[in-house]
Amino acid sequence: MSQLLFYSLSAIAIFCSLMMVYQKNAMYSVLNLLVTFFAVAGLYLMLDAQFVAIVHIIVYAGAIMVLFIYVIMFLNLSIPLSLSNGRAIKLLAAATGLMFLFVLLASLMKSDLVASDQSQLTSIGDAKTLGKVLFGEYLIPFELTSALFLSAMIGVVIFNKRELND
Amino acid sequence: MIQSTSAFQHLSINHFVILSFILFSIGVLGVLTRRNLIVVFLSIELMLNSVNILAVAFSKHHNDPSAQTFVFFIMIVAAAEVAVGLAMLVMIYKNTRSLDINALNNLKW
Repeated sequence: MSQLLFYSLSAIAIFCSLMMVYQKNAMYSVLNLLVTFFAVAGLYLMLDAQFVAIVHIIVYAGAIMVLFIYVIMFLNLSIPLSLSNGRAIKLLAAATGLMFLFVLLASLMKSDLVASDQSQLTSIGDAKTLGKVLFGEYLIPFELTSALFLSAMIGVVIFNKRELND
Repeated sequence: MIQSTSAFQHLSINHFVILSFILFSIGVLGVLTRRNLIVVFLSIELMLNSVNILAVAFSKHHNDPSAQTFVFFIMIVAAAEVAVGLAMLVMIYKNTRSLDINALNNLKW
């Protein structure tokens, strides 16, 4: 049962991400990636990471993809942009991607992953455990991300401010 | 949650690792193949997501929740990157009237 679920979810993810790459219209690419994100959220649920799955859906499907769709509508890209490279570059890119995959798989073959201990905690991914880790051990990196967000926000405002001045 | 706790007994971690490798390679393929800036950004998002799958799988494998906090950090970096990147994309579109990355080939020199 879980194997069937895993294979179907990963088939959806791989198929939709390939469709994302080879889709002519940018809007359809965004929608395909959205389906991929939901499949990935299902995989997180299979891995007992419930909180990560919910946050993943909220952040990616709810915020980032909406931002992409908003920009596509804002720029009014009604003509489908079929911007892709020539045949030679496409073939070279496919060859590079495949070779990259082979290198990664070969590194996986070389490494022997130690078997996990059998005392599996089921509550590893709930909000209580993650909150204790996030606000205990990783408190300083967590606070530093607020500075990152602030700088990103200021950067975006400055980008558009310069547009207004011209 | 009974079913999801037994999920790892039938599936080894190699399944999830190979899936994340495949998704990362598709992201690399998208960055190299397409010339549309939006699709390049989407491919970068896909690559960040595959790393997240890897982190969550190893978090389950080693029974350690601290790997899942790194997923949050990756999400935060992705959100900041998308905000800045899309602002730059809008500016590039206003200046060059296209989303072709070859319109930016003046940056080569």
